[in-house]
Amino acid sequence: MRLAVLLKTVPDLVEELALDEDARTLLFDEMSYVPSEWDDQALEEALIIKEESGAEVTVIAVDTGDVDTMLFTALAKGADYAVKIVGDFDAAMSNWQKARVVADYLGRGDFDAVLSGVQAIDDVDGQLPGLVAGFLGWPHASVITEVRVAGGSHLQLRQEYAGGLVAELETVTPIVVGVQAARKPPRYASVAKVRQVAKSATIDEVEADVAEARLAGVEYVRPVAAGHAEMIEGDIDEVVDRIVAILEERNLLRRA
Amino acid sequence: MGPILIVLENGAAGVTEATKECVNKAKSLAAQLGTTTVAVGFGKQHVSDLRRLAVTKVVIASGGTMDLYNPDAYEKVLAEIFGNVKPYLTLIANTTMGLDLGAGLAGRTQTPLIAYGIDIEEQDGRLTAISQVFAGKLLARVPIPEDGAIVTVIPGSWPADNEAGDPEIEEWTAQDSEAMRVLRVVEPEQSDIDITKADILVSVGRGIEGPDNLPLAEDLAEALGGVVSCSRPVVDAGWLPKARQVGKSGQTVKPKLYLACGISGAPEHLQGMRDADLIIAINTDESASIMDIAHFGTTADMLELMPALAERLKGG
Repeated sequence: MRLAVLLKTVPDLVEELALDEDARTLLFDEMSYVPSEWDDQALEEALIIKEESGAEVTVIAVDTGDVDTMLFTALAKGADYAVKIVGDFDAAMSNWQKARVVADYLGRGDFDAVLSGVQAIDDVDGQLPGLVAGFLGWPHASVITEVRVAGGSHLQLRQEYAGGLVAELETVTPIVVGVQAARKPPRYASVAKVRQVAKSATIDEVEADVAEARLAGVEYVRPVAAGHAEMIEGDIDEVVDRIVAILEERNLLRRA
Repeated sequence: MGPILIVLENGAAGVTEATKECVNKAKSLAAQLGTTTVAVGFGKQHVSDLRRLAVTKVVIASGGTMDLYNPDAYEKVLAEIFGNVKPYLTLIANTTMGLDLGAGLAGRTQTPLIAYGIDIEEQDGRLTAISQVFAGKLLARVPIPEDGAIVTVIPGSWPADNEAGDPEIEEWTAQDSEAMRVLRVVEPEQSDIDITKADILVSVGRGIEGPDNLPLAEDLAEALGGVVSCSRPVVDAGWLPKARQVGKSGQTVKPKLYLACGISGAPEHLQGMRDADLIIAINTDESASIMDIAHFGTTADMLELMPALAERLKGG
């Protein structure tokens, strides 16, 4: 079984988002980027499948900036091949555009299943796995928490719904899967191991033309919160005093 | 201008509130734009409710595997109906089904998609979707293109429409999916603790750092007479069972006290707890989204505050 895992980077929310508040634009070049956490879950699930059934895992990223470290990290974790789709791309590239070039690449290959994070924090124009599946006309399921090879060319998926309800699906391949969470927490690759892999492994580069974005004039603004919490200041004892007083006022303390 | 299409969820529990919210917004936008509303429902469950929706027309896709949600079968029949209705705007609630069908339909029909919508504004006949992105830290204002768009909408964005109507009904025959079948649907695991019935929840997020710190939360919950719940990352890490999860893919809770410890407040989490009577948030980041809906907040270190509060409550 040949698995493709789509990886992308997103702005690091630990830092302040670089917003030009007057022009209402995001300053994509002024932000630092980290791998999207849901993609990390998708990679982990693919690596679990590889361990269980000997699948071959190819990680794929669109070159919107520095994606090499992310790809080498995936190789260090156990992925077999890394592909970088290169072209006239930048960090402002939309998901629609990424999905278009990824779908074109996947359509030329013979992958059995494509796994990617179910969503990402910058999905304003849609989630990558669904768009890719739609472009390819392949079946697709999102919010998946388990993917198992069920013999032959079938996969079994666990799909989650609100309230903890779960469906077990059986599907033929090829299929695109939006992974919510892997069966185990994502594994860790040490910096030393990633460095070592970066020296010995190669990333295959595939050229592509940029596709047209479908949304224009997108503006970004900070939300005006309807309210904000009344902040409790002071040291730990003072905060404890205040919380106890608030609970007492509302009759929420247990009677001794 | 084409109609406004609403994709309904009408499973075992009936037409969901989230899709009735989309019906409400579709009706007001249609009135402003001078167009009609078309709703698509699936299968025979609660079909009488579909026939009473206050929209212009209801298309009911039945046959095949429509009685049980099948992502592939639903997407294919929806794409057929979409091609027939030729809507200007399509509204889908951002649930698991919405995540499947929104992007899938967009890709299949080459229709632009705007995800995580929380509102749609009309001005001079032009629509702008407001979308919540970057974990709620920013709003995107997205002009809806002249050739239309699909918008997936975060549940709770508008009031639900409960008006009764007499829509035109169109039956649509769906095909079985050749690619996918539902093997079984599993009810949520039974837990000894039902967080939806607790008056007091001590809810932990990533800030708990690891399972070794969970006893601090358990201890505080016990001192308060409550139970421990959590946000999604804690379940994904395997530190607490799924039954303790609050949020979109977990439980919706409305306790008297929700003590949010180390929870940033992603939209999916807020969806499950925003109606709590009293929300106190402990988070080192004062600008975290949880602070926008909390009544009280503190930037104290939760790992210090939880044991100190527990000790005081126990009379220490």
